[in-house]
Amino acid sequence: MKIKGSQIIVQSLIKENVEYMFGYPGGVVIPIFHELYHAPIKFVLGRHEQGSIHAADGYARASGKPGVVLATSGPGATNLITGIATAHLDSVPLVVLTGQVSTNLIGNDAFQEVDITGITRPICKHNYLVQDIKDLARIIKEAFYIATTGRPGPVLIDIPVDISNGLCEFEYPEEISIRSYKPTYDGHPGQISKACRLIESAKKPIIYAGGGVVISNASEELREFVKKTGIPVTTTLLGMGIFPETDPLSMEMLGMHGTYFANYSVHNSDLLIAIGARFDDRVTGKISEFIPHAKVIHIDIDPASVSKNVMVDIPIVGDCKKILKEMNKEIKTPDIAEWVDELKKTKAEHPLQYEMKENDDIKPQYVVEQLYKLTDGKAIITTEVGQNQMWAAQFYKYTEPRTFISSGGLGTMGFGLPAAIGAQLARPDRRVIDIAGDGSIQMNIQELIVAAQHKLPVIVAILNNGFLGMVRQWQQLFWDKRYSHTCINFAPDFVKLAEAYGCVGIRVTKKEEVDEAIKKALSITDKPIIIDFVVCKEENVYPMVPAGKTIKETIMRELA
Amino acid sequence: MSQHVISVKVENKFGVLARVSGLFSARGYNIDSLAVSRTENEDISVMTIVVNGDDRILEQVKKQLNKLIDVIKVSDHAVQSSVQRELALIKLNCPAAKRGEILQLAELFKAEVADISLKTITFSIKGDSEKIDRFVELASPYGIKESMRTGLVSILKERD
Repeated sequence: MKIKGSQIIVQSLIKENVEYMFGYPGGVVIPIFHELYHAPIKFVLGRHEQGSIHAADGYARASGKPGVVLATSGPGATNLITGIATAHLDSVPLVVLTGQVSTNLIGNDAFQEVDITGITRPICKHNYLVQDIKDLARIIKEAFYIATTGRPGPVLIDIPVDISNGLCEFEYPEEISIRSYKPTYDGHPGQISKACRLIESAKKPIIYAGGGVVISNASEELREFVKKTGIPVTTTLLGMGIFPETDPLSMEMLGMHGTYFANYSVHNSDLLIAIGARFDDRVTGKISEFIPHAKVIHIDIDPASVSKNVMVDIPIVGDCKKILKEMNKEIKTPDIAEWVDELKKTKAEHPLQYEMKENDDIKPQYVVEQLYKLTDGKAIITTEVGQNQMWAAQFYKYTEPRTFISSGGLGTMGFGLPAAIGAQLARPDRRVIDIAGDGSIQMNIQELIVAAQHKLPVIVAILNNGFLGMVRQWQQLFWDKRYSHTCINFAPDFVKLAEAYGCVGIRVTKKEEVDEAIKKALSITDKPIIIDFVVCKEENVYPMVPAGKTIKETIMRELA
Repeated sequence: MSQHVISVKVENKFGVLARVSGLFSARGYNIDSLAVSRTENEDISVMTIVVNGDDRILEQVKKQLNKLIDVIKVSDHAVQSSVQRELALIKLNCPAAKRGEILQLAELFKAEVADISLKTITFSIKGDSEKIDRFVELASPYGIKESMRTGLVSILKERD
């Protein structure tokens, strides 16, 4: 029996076990929405397509399942761009469906027509323009397969309206095989053994683990590897939680705003074991002096990540989980007691710190610390981008994977609130807190109503300093304190704004009120809460390794 | 910086050329020449790309090419291990008085006369890039009115 293209789309999504979908209607996707009306898929209507795609992204990161987005052609599609690029840089599996004008109008500058496959080509893992309804089911199957396998990423399917309205037999492929796409999962046994021998003979090894460990669900294997070898671990921003930051062997986050001891451990190591991480410039600083004494083992599923920025001695291409499992079978404990003592001592001598005197304004770091304490470290934290993101990374201690959700690679302001919505839907058992700045939160504030509509108890903790703080910090430190267009103290009243959206708004201006406000927010379970923490205006994020500099040039604290 | 001849076997689908060329343009690389055609298998096309660049960045470009879903195989063709050819069409000023001289030069290069008029002559010449470069150099004093090259195609040599 022939069914409509729109029915094929929805039936295929059901076959892929899609539970939640995010998006926004429009002219050429009406046929698909028509079929979604009664479908067993929970559709979450955003208020802007960018919000929808970040929500799908947050859902994917929190659940490990692909996020699915549907938007219309033209502006609907272009509004997704930032979200697609965000997911691409952080390797998040998304299947993005966009409507397109009818095939006979493509190329005519038709109403709401854009060449979205052309626009998104460099920012997605793959994309399709469906030209024949007979290809539709296979393309959807391929899109889910490509998005979720190998190094995951967003896949876009552009669907002309006449394809949605056309008729075709429906058969969903059970299996898919793409001759030109065969990700490598098993690490080369010879390379694994070579790596193990090198680790066993190392005197100063350090593990540098990233988002790849989260994606391959290899946290358990990593912990076992550390248990067997006793090697300390530092993680990237996106790797936080894969190894408990409360463990004495955790060096916490490295990089530009990483801990001093993390950067020390990497800089002074004689062997860097990179696992699911890609040597981003925010991690390495000046690359020629990043690891002057170290050999490098690099475990990664993406061959293009190997020796891209740093030359690797032993590459192992494959899935982190499988490779760590193999290594755990044969690895022997290296003799590194002296090194571990040195790192523990460095950690004790150079902790993360900030100063807050009796009558000071609230320090943003203190807010994050209290959030950590009052949630027992069990919340899922999403962040916006800037100082709020770095303080959320530094002062909340993460002990489980998929509990820290942040736009790392693209650094997308406006990500945190919609991502929190997606994460809260994926994890109803956990409290989700968006640690925000007063700048970022305004970039997708319209999504607050989505959280309210779905009665999601997302807490938005605004660290409100009246500035675009991270840019202001750079202006202060490197641009003669000329605060050009970074002061944003002409701002909405966030408490009233919360109320206008049917949420609870709380303003906190004194240190004594911080705990009480957080406790009150945590006691509310049926609507979102905005806490407007009015914090110290010119607090900076430290330590800081300035861009392109080395650990030796780390700025540890405010210079007098 | 060195010249590389990269042979890319791809699915014969729309948009693949844009994906491939996009990897070069995104890195600010100019492609010196690009030849694309179907192979003996109509589902597969092959692209021969000639590009100058830093070895390490080109290594990265090759890896990125391999990552493209529609790319089946990427290989770097060294001059010694491959047969490389291109075709050029070259239109020269050619008054009757110079015709004999020019035809003599063309004969040395086995260039064929593709078109002739009272004032011009057009040759087609095939061979490796060096041969064509040399012909262009020697023909240029007569005045090149127009010239174009197909771009290199390259195939690996077989040795038993």
